[in-house]
Amino acid sequence: MRVFDVLGPVMVGPSSSHTAGACRLALVARALLDEKPVKAHIRLYGSFAKTYQGHCTDRAIIGGLLGYSPDDDRLRDSFSCAEKDGLSYSFEEAESDTLHPNSVDLILEGKTKNVTVTASSIGGGAIKVVKINGAEVDFSAEYPTTILYHKDVRGIIAKYSELFARYGVNIAFMRVYRHKIGRDAITVIESDHSISDELLEKIRSLENVDGAVYLPAVK
Amino acid sequence: MFSSFEELVKKAEDSGKSISEIILETEAEETELSTEELISRMKNNLYVMRKSATVKKRCSASGLSGENGWKYSLSDNKGVLMGSLASKAMEYAMSIAEHNACMGKIVAAPTAGSCGILPGVLLAVAEEKNISDDEIVMALFNAAGIGAVIAERACLSGAEGGCQAECGSASAMAASAICELMGGTPRMCTNAAALTIKFVLGLVCDPVGGLVEVPCVKRNASGAINAITAAELSLCGVESYIPADEVIDAMSDVGKMMSYRLKETALGGLASTDTAKGFRLEGSGCNAQCRCNKG
Repeated sequence: MRVFDVLGPVMVGPSSSHTAGACRLALVARALLDEKPVKAHIRLYGSFAKTYQGHCTDRAIIGGLLGYSPDDDRLRDSFSCAEKDGLSYSFEEAESDTLHPNSVDLILEGKTKNVTVTASSIGGGAIKVVKINGAEVDFSAEYPTTILYHKDVRGIIAKYSELFARYGVNIAFMRVYRHKIGRDAITVIESDHSISDELLEKIRSLENVDGAVYLPAVK
Repeated sequence: MFSSFEELVKKAEDSGKSISEIILETEAEETELSTEELISRMKNNLYVMRKSATVKKRCSASGLSGENGWKYSLSDNKGVLMGSLASKAMEYAMSIAEHNACMGKIVAAPTAGSCGILPGVLLAVAEEKNISDDEIVMALFNAAGIGAVIAERACLSGAEGGCQAECGSASAMAASAICELMGGTPRMCTNAAALTIKFVLGLVCDPVGGLVEVPCVKRNASGAINAITAAELSLCGVESYIPADEVIDAMSDVGKMMSYRLKETALGGLASTDTAKGFRLEGSGCNAQCRCNKG
């Protein structure tokens, strides 16, 4: 563990998992939507569901959806900020046997796009994204992360990984998830370096790539 | 980083450096950041810690805490049994823990639940003993090093190991840090950390309503005093019979043996008392927001 993992993060309290972590996963979901959210339905599970008001998880999530980071003093006022910013939201409490005790479904709508993200706050402010639009994934958003939506065809991995190599971006972790052979797939690439707009455009214009979203490291 | 206190102490003793210097250098090597950048970042931590220690009346969304630090600070009985250093440490520790409970900005040290202990102790010692900010910043590296070893051998969170892990670690980090500030050797520092853990072995994480308030705020107070006790004993040559690394391993074992009901699930201990069960969060987030803004 690094020095600033032990003495950190700097955060708005009260809880690194229920407040700071909740804010972070909302930030990630906002980035995955790839535009400003106008509507959010937030389904809280487990311990999140039981303690969200006392832990201010609700305010933290709304703040994250507005783009505030876990150390932003505006988190306390995020409900009134949401009103000013035109974000409407609703909360729901649910149970799950399989998800981590601090998990949430964030069902987001922007003007033109929408996304459903399931993520868990696993402790100390760390998070894990476990589902995007129903596809199971597993990443922490601590690295610059690129999510590619593509078809499961031979050679596609070589095509996009070659682009990363060409632009000098080292791939740290990569996982490919496909539903059925030859059908839709998601690749999550966690890299050591951030990717440029140009690289992102090149990835998006590859044959058999339906879309790509880039998440800078969410600290 | 280091995986044992013994390894850390040996490196310090062999090089004639303090634990804080070893940790700063090691972190610089392992992250390729300069010592200046690391110190600058730690100075920011100190800034946030200091700001969070303001003693004032606060309110939490639940209403379970917010006034303990303030009430204590105003009482005529403050310090009547303990000297000004220890009472200051408690006052700051509780105030910071309440700042956290009220959506204030804090440094997780190592967690938000235990965030008052290390800064509470350090700020009190610094004030009473006229210690410079530069020295406190170095002491924070000492504390981080201790925390990293505990994270490696055991854990730092109540959910995993109970409050003995969460407030216990913060306390151990504080004990080691102030031991170094008061001229203790590296071995005295890790000894102080071990003593603190010994004081709280078996301490459960039983938060009322599942919130980081009761008894967390007051355990930040006792955590601060445990750290001072351990540091003083260690500085006077009182040694833990069980070597420091074995104490941490014992803490880890105890944590694993603990029922899940006593590890931040609010299903046991104080969290399952009649009073705790009767606690209900009144009002929506809106009401709580209004109260917080006034606090």
